[in-house]
Parts: sequence; C-alpha cells; structure tokens
Amino acid sequence: MGGRNGRSGAKGGGSAGRGPAKRAAAAKPANGAANPGAGAAPLHRMTIASDFAAGRDVQTAILDDIERAGFSEEASFAIRLTLEEALINAIKHGNKLDPAKQVHVEYRVDPRTAEITIEDEGPGFDRAAIPDPTAQENLCRLHGRGILLMESYMSQVEWSRHGRRVRMVKHNQ
Amino acid sequence: MRALARPVGSVALAGNPDMAESPSRLSISQHKDIHVVEFKDSKILDEINITEIGQALGDLVATRDRSKLLLDFANVDHLSSAALGMLINVNNRIKEQNGQLRLSSIRPQILEVFMITKLNRLFRIFPTRAEALASFE
Repeated sequence: MGGRNGRSGAKGGGSAGRGPAKRAAAAKPANGAANPGAGAAPLHRMTIASDFAAGRDVQTAILDDIERAGFSEEASFAIRLTLEEALINAIKHGNKLDPAKQVHVEYRVDPRTAEITIEDEGPGFDRAAIPDPTAQENLCRLHGRGILLMESYMSQVEWSRHGRRVRMVKHNQ
Repeated sequence: MRALARPVGSVALAGNPDMAESPSRLSISQHKDIHVVEFKDSKILDEINITEIGQALGDLVATRDRSKLLLDFANVDHLSSAALGMLINVNNRIKEQNGQLRLSSIRPQILEVFMITKLNRLFRIFPTRAEALASFE
C-alpha cells in the first residue's frame, strides 16, 4: 500500500509523520536555493501557464528525474498519480484555466526522497470543507477524489496559503 | 452497404456502422449480447482522452436498454480520478436503463486506486474476463 499519511491543516507547516533524522539531509534549505555544495539535489523551479499541455511537460520533467534517481515502481506510480491530480487541481480548479493565471512548481529529487510543491493563483479553498468522497452518499459523485488520492499516496502532504499551495513528499521505498 | 474507409486503429461500433466510429483508444468486441471493451491506452489520464472514451461508452449503451458492458483493464497501468468519474458516469447511465456493467483484469496497483476511493463497492470487479462474463445475468 502506497504511503498513507501526512494530511495536515490548511494553515500549513504542521506536517505529520516526521521521519528518522536521516531524512533531514533531504530537506530543502530554508531559502529554497539550490545547494550543490552540500550534496543536496538541486531545487528546480518553474512557472507554467494554466493549460494541460504545460502541466504534462512538468510531469514529464519530474518523472524523468524520478526514474533517473531510481525510484521504486510503487513510489513512481504514486508520484505520477499524485502529480496528475495536483496539476489538474491547480490548472482547472484553482486557476480555472485562466490564461492570466500561472502555476508555480518547485521540486527536488534525490534517491531517497522527492519533494514537490505546486501553487496556483486562484481563490484557494478550505481543505476541511471538502466532503469525504468515500462516504456512501458521495460514491456516485463524478468528482472530488483528487485530494484523497494525493493524501493517500504521498508520504507527507501539507496545504498552505488557503489551499493554493500544496507541498508533497514521497519517500522512495 | 458500402464499406467505410476507416482511419488506422479506429473500430466501428459493432452492429451499427452508421454511428460515429469509436476512437482508436477502445477495442470493442461482442461476446453473445455483451459488449466487451478493452482500453488500448495504458494510461487513461488525459482529459480529452477521458472525455472521448466516456462518450464512446455512452454511445455504446445508448443503442438499447439493458445493455451489458464489460470493461477489460488488462492493458491499463495508470488512471486518474477524472477517469474514475467517467466510469461512474457510465455506471450511472447503465443503471438508469437496467443494464449491467462489469470491470475485469485490473492490475493490483490500479485496483488499489479503486479500493482507496472505495469504488470497489460501487463497481462489480472481477479478476479475469472469463469470471466477469460468467457473472452477467
């Protein structure tokens, strides 16, 4: 089962499941700058238009790095699915496909951990107000499962900036 | 009737050549009165693909009441929540006309997606096509 964990409050910063000390080595520096001197993998930053093709390019770039870093099949599957959900959410639900709005992506991949942050420029949302798609009365609904999948498959998920920003971590297993 | 020229890879809906051809993403065959559908794409992720697949499946069951439809996922190694929504829509439409829907041959990683979303309670899922075919009433 791919890493169920990590939901935290909408205010952010309160990530659940802090792991062993060795994971601290993979944490990005506070200022977010690339830090090759310390042996940490580079932090990539990109900004894309609110369209699906641009989202697909981001997915390809990240998944290529995941593959190069030797992530397991299970972890790769989890990241691919989560990226799809998170980017669709940002582009379609956050930014409403508005060409005037952009999606900001940051990611860092090393052999042990992938860290991905996605932020849209939309109005945000209240994570706590999202109905549980697994409740019996919601099973037949056509939408509303993306966040559940993200939070089920990633090792950690943190929401901030009123839902506009999501930081996700996946440990390679 | 004249033979229809078909683009490479597309499949005409069985029994109804006047209908729009299904997209090349689906392979549709008949087993008695059951439509058996296989997905040619291993990844059912792209919104446009999902919409087209949903439309083709909707067209397939719109031809008559009490349709029997089997979706064989043997080739599928990725799908998104949008694809799940499409499948639920198909399921809702089939139920409306007292039809039957079965899913089969789902790989373990994909089955886990159905289980996490509890959609394994909504759909009738079978490990093999043969078992799914045998389950139709």
